[in-house]
Amino acid sequence: MADATLFRTCPDTGLPVHLPAQRLIKANAVAGVLALALGGLQGLMVALTRWPDLQLLPAEAFYTMLTGHGLNVLLFWIIFFEVAILYFASAILLKSRLAAPNLAWVGFVLMAVGALTTNYAVFQGDSSVMFTSYVPMRASPLFYLGIILFAVGALIGCFIFFATLVIAKDEKTYEGSIPLVTFGALTAAIIAVFTIASGAIILIPTLLWSLDLIPEIDPLLYKVIWWAMGHSSQQINVSAHVAVWYCIAAMVLGAKPLSEKVSRMAFLMYILFLQIASAHHLLVEPGISSNWKIFNTSYALYLAVVGSMIHGLSVPGAVEAAQRRRGFTRGAFEWLRKAPWGNPAFAGMFTSLVYFGFLGGISGVVMGAEQLNLIMHNTLYVPGHFHATVVAGTTLAFMAITYLVVPLIWRREIMFPTLAKWQPYIFGLGAAGISLFMMGAGTLGVSRRHWDINFTDAALSFSYPDTAFLMMALNGLSGLLAAIGGVMFVVIVVSSILFGKKRGDDAAETNPVIGVGGGQAVASYGSEGTLKLPGTMILVGVFFIAFFLYYWVNWKYLSEVWPLS
Amino acid sequence: MAIFPPEKRIWWKEPLHGFELVWIGICLVWAIVMFGTMIVWHVIGEQNLSNTAYRIDPDVFAARTEAMVTQYTVREEGDTGIPVVHPPAGSDVYLQASLWQWYPILELEKDKEYRLHLSSIDWQHGFSLQPTNINVQVHPGYEMVITLKPNKAGEFGIVCNEFCGIGHHNMLGRIYVVE
Repeated sequence: MADATLFRTCPDTGLPVHLPAQRLIKANAVAGVLALALGGLQGLMVALTRWPDLQLLPAEAFYTMLTGHGLNVLLFWIIFFEVAILYFASAILLKSRLAAPNLAWVGFVLMAVGALTTNYAVFQGDSSVMFTSYVPMRASPLFYLGIILFAVGALIGCFIFFATLVIAKDEKTYEGSIPLVTFGALTAAIIAVFTIASGAIILIPTLLWSLDLIPEIDPLLYKVIWWAMGHSSQQINVSAHVAVWYCIAAMVLGAKPLSEKVSRMAFLMYILFLQIASAHHLLVEPGISSNWKIFNTSYALYLAVVGSMIHGLSVPGAVEAAQRRRGFTRGAFEWLRKAPWGNPAFAGMFTSLVYFGFLGGISGVVMGAEQLNLIMHNTLYVPGHFHATVVAGTTLAFMAITYLVVPLIWRREIMFPTLAKWQPYIFGLGAAGISLFMMGAGTLGVSRRHWDINFTDAALSFSYPDTAFLMMALNGLSGLLAAIGGVMFVVIVVSSILFGKKRGDDAAETNPVIGVGGGQAVASYGSEGTLKLPGTMILVGVFFIAFFLYYWVNWKYLSEVWPLS
Repeated sequence: MAIFPPEKRIWWKEPLHGFELVWIGICLVWAIVMFGTMIVWHVIGEQNLSNTAYRIDPDVFAARTEAMVTQYTVREEGDTGIPVVHPPAGSDVYLQASLWQWYPILELEKDKEYRLHLSSIDWQHGFSLQPTNINVQVHPGYEMVITLKPNKAGEFGIVCNEFCGIGHHNMLGRIYVVE
């Protein structure tokens, strides 16, 4: 049974907090933010190099920097933070003790050592193979070893999460079903196990190959399995940040899902169908049939997309319902106008939702159509898409919840509140700009991962349209804006943790970070079915029209390229 | 509140919000439309990627490319020494990717069909034909055969859009399309 001395009671939420879990949440979140700081800086260098008039770095340094950028932000920042979310969603939300904290620390150390090892290999300069490390291009063995160690550590984190669910059930720390946020985290953890297993299946042989113990790895086989890790790991992010959206909406506004059934079903669709998206990266490969591509790229009839579209209704719907319950009932949008836009947690959450849906979601589905991929594969459209999902979506959502984690878990007040108020908007706008302008350049054919689109030293010549150069400059400016937002975030968080005013027990009244009545008062489950939600209906209507039009425009573009079969 | 468990145990028996049901219906119909579009495009669309591919030894592919170059070279490109090859319309043409070159330069006739054989003899490369914007992945050991019909005359660049090492950004090829 749980040792009561290892718990404190949170004065804000009334939840019992398991102290060993709290320490692990802090450690993982800090490691994540450090990776974000490094990876973000590398991202800025990349954006400024791809600005044709600046071309900041020389070619070799650019490719090294780009490799490090991908690893640090896409892998290390996000997965460290996700492990923190897993511990939070299990131990804290279920009011339970965390299973085997010492083993969790072993996992943390493995992840940290792995991240450092891979970074060391990249900075040596002999492993500039990009995040994807497609064979037969070869990195130093340490590069693969570091990622494998990191993955093993993350796997331990997942199993600590599962074990905590078992303990909480066994010790009856909660009644009925697990909360929706925990359910979302569970989705993320299940996908993570699949992801890490795929990674092990391909990276362990690749490590042996880099040590000359295996003569050859088939490049196509590598991609099929590597992307079962590479793409599924992005589905961990989706599940985790959707869970974070529900979490912030609940904590700040006391929002309930419109109906638990639908939201949980949407998460279940992720588990069932998101895994096969490896195909998104294989649509223009030789030797894979169209039948396979169509079935897999569409997540079996787009059922995972349906899942995301359901969350796209359910999350703003929950916010609208909660706001209307609080009396903001005038017109279609009073609830939205009067939302707590000055609260960085809410602002980050809602803008993340909008950017993820409109920019990331639509572009992802369009790019994932078998034939449309022909006009987008490996152009800048691809990073344009995933900066909308992973930066404007996941990263912004994780930043947003950090504004709740610092006061609630660290018990420190957020320093520089005015800066914090602006941070999600600045970072979000920068990230959205990066996405839009890269997608624009990609539509004009500009290649991703390319140092010089002027082709200065090439034997032949070719010029992209002038608009493409404008797009790249705007991308550079957006990168600067996002970097400013990123620096603001790191400064606010690090200084609050180190020097922030200790949050007193009466702060729940004097300086609340969760909504009035946010805590247990709204702990009830109830259908919001009787409430009218005109604002959300208009929002999803606009979304659907944008989606519909943009989808067909791209088929029009496709119909204009050289006929091929 | 989502971060607490539902108070009533039987949450799956709660009624759905009316608009939620409508939205799920719209989503499912849209999903079927998008799925169907990919299939329909194979029937009515003119831009579908080939399903023809073979495993091939890189040396064999290089030899076949060289044979075509020997037979059909019409000139050299400026002072670069790269051969420009004008194979007969309707024939099999070879384009070889290597670090860091597309070889050779092809000269094709507008509105004529060609069977383009694409492969790499070393690492992976990305065939990005610009400005028409066709992007295909090129693997070593796999030969993709694409039936291609240039519908516009002019000078087209082949950018490598799969990162392939330090010379990646200098890997630029060309296709001429003549009337």
